[in-house]
Amino acid sequence: MKRLYGWIFVLPAFILLSVFTFYPIIATLIDSFYSDKTIFRPRVFLGFENYHHLLHDPVFITTLLNNFLFALGTVPASIILALIMALLVSQRTPAKGLIRLTYFTPTILPMIAVANIWLFFYTPQIGLFNKIIGLLGYTGINWLGNPSTALPSLMILTIWKEAGFFMIFYLAALQSLPKELYEAAGIEGTSNWSCFWKITFPLLMPTTFFITINALIEAFRFVDPIFVLTKGGPDNATNLLLYYIYETAFSFLNHSYAATLTVVLVLILVVLSIIQFGVIEKRIHYQ
Amino acid sequence: MVKRLKIAALICLLVVGFFSSAFAAKKTDLTMYYPVAVGGPIPKIINSMVADFEKENPDIRIHAIYAGDYTDAKIKALAALKSGEPPQLAVLLSVNLYDLIEQNAIIPISNIAKSKKDRKWLNSFFPVLMENATVFGKVWSVPFQRSTILMYYNKNAFRKAGLDPGNPPQTWSELVAEGKKLTTKNQWGLMIPSSGYPYWLFQALAKENGEVLMSKDGKKTFFDKNGVIEALQFWYDLSHRYKIMPKGIIDWGTLRQNFLDGKTAIMLTSSGNLTPVRKNAKFDFGVAMLPAKKMRGTPTGGGNFYIFRKTSKKQREAALKFIKFMTSPEMSAVWSVKTGYIGTSEKAYQTKELRDYIKKFPYAKIAKNQLKYATAELSTYQGARIVRDLNNAIQAALIGKKTSKKALSDAQSESERILKPYR
Repeated sequence: MKRLYGWIFVLPAFILLSVFTFYPIIATLIDSFYSDKTIFRPRVFLGFENYHHLLHDPVFITTLLNNFLFALGTVPASIILALIMALLVSQRTPAKGLIRLTYFTPTILPMIAVANIWLFFYTPQIGLFNKIIGLLGYTGINWLGNPSTALPSLMILTIWKEAGFFMIFYLAALQSLPKELYEAAGIEGTSNWSCFWKITFPLLMPTTFFITINALIEAFRFVDPIFVLTKGGPDNATNLLLYYIYETAFSFLNHSYAATLTVVLVLILVVLSIIQFGVIEKRIHYQ
Repeated sequence: MVKRLKIAALICLLVVGFFSSAFAAKKTDLTMYYPVAVGGPIPKIINSMVADFEKENPDIRIHAIYAGDYTDAKIKALAALKSGEPPQLAVLLSVNLYDLIEQNAIIPISNIAKSKKDRKWLNSFFPVLMENATVFGKVWSVPFQRSTILMYYNKNAFRKAGLDPGNPPQTWSELVAEGKKLTTKNQWGLMIPSSGYPYWLFQALAKENGEVLMSKDGKKTFFDKNGVIEALQFWYDLSHRYKIMPKGIIDWGTLRQNFLDGKTAIMLTSSGNLTPVRKNAKFDFGVAMLPAKKMRGTPTGGGNFYIFRKTSKKQREAALKFIKFMTSPEMSAVWSVKTGYIGTSEKAYQTKELRDYIKKFPYAKIAKNQLKYATAELSTYQGARIVRDLNNAIQAALIGKKTSKKALSDAQSESERILKPYR
């Protein structure tokens, strides 16, 4: 009887996970070994042909590389910014609520709306950034139209959007740090600087790792602004894995290859999750 | 007695209810997806045309659903098809044809429109607009919101540069020479958009240099022909050698604003922008055909009506009726006046509506006159894939990552690989 209760309690989650997570993953895996059925050709078993093609697909390699660059460019920067903002607004400053709200606002805005706003920041000739640069007497930059600035432009937008969200985690963590340590440090006459490096920073480590992994996962799930800002261009300079999957599946109608790409993405995300749940939870010292 | 009356009344009500619901069920419901590619109050115009149709045909109800831009609309229609509930009809790019056939999504219009009168109707459209609609000897779609590329120019800028505003550049060399005079510190001479649909603009340059990009059966592309490479080189040279156009990628979406703000003296863009430019330009502007190299040229573009395969006989007939209404000379004229799209038949230009409009605003006729130099839009099997590769090649060349020759030969060998199984 007790066992039955257990099953009943697990059932809703089990059904939802099966329908929306396990089944799609397995179906995707199977699809990646078959070709698509169209009226000209039947569905046939391909074996590892799609996976073999991956290795020779320059666009896939570009998107993967872009994804790593994107993670490298956004994750550390938004974490550092989040920490600085959290430290600023956790102290007694005038208009603290207003400043917190300002930092958090980008997080509340929908991504597509944000992208549309930033499109007019970045656009050459009439965009905000180039107007400012123009006032200083320089010619503007074609931010999104230049392969060397297009991806960094997306990174800046992402940092702006995400830092406020990560700040919330740091703020929560800062509230829970033990006051005694700071009082003791105060008595010893420790400077603010070493107070931060010797007490605050080490105690925030679990939060930092949590945020890092989440930011990494977000970096691989990043897609919305690409639709508005660049559509993956110029010449794949801003094409990321998820956008490539979308295009392959829905624009090129090549579901079998899209399934193959999805398997790669799922593997990356699984590895990141394992790191988060396994290694880090064991290593990081929670008090 | 009262009770009996009540029961009788109830029965009456039930009977009336039954018949009225049966009558309501007789109404044929049609769902239509349509895209909006250029700004403007398109949904409002569509809804009022639909309302006119429903007034004439009370037994048909049209649910017109705005489905995003062209890409979104196609994706939504095909996703709906996969889920088993496709729309009965849709306006999608005329070049989506091969993809829609391959997915077994649509039926040929010519299979439904079989009477002599119907044949005549299908033959009434401008032939070049039917090129992207005809495969395997069948007509699969009907032209609706069609466009070509036009040259828009700022007459004030021409005057300031000492040029004749009544005589815009007719050839590539005039374009370069006048572009140089028009380029000042705050204004570029020319902008050709290279995001979004660069292949489309490129088709114009290639055609002007005497080249088409694909075979009529959609199974072969000609990206690496010398004339095509020259066309891309010219596009590159406009910004790097003649310096009359900004370097890098020029955004399709913000181009019109750049023109309206006087940041460029000339822009090449869809004729679908004609009405928005007319309404928003605070300066005297002109519209002309694209300048020629060996000849004039532009691709056609835009969307056609399709009927989906998963429809009942009744729905197909109702859909055909609706399409006939929407593409009739009168409606085509209304549509053209309100949006700037081309009237789709010669007869549309004989209506009072369009004749009066052209008298007031002669530029409305340029797109139609240019049709005689037009060529079909790039359309092949695996079209989205091929177009994407060509777009990347064009962008790679424009930003100087590859030479024009290398970029186009790469795109050609990729397209060979993709199209081989279809030959």
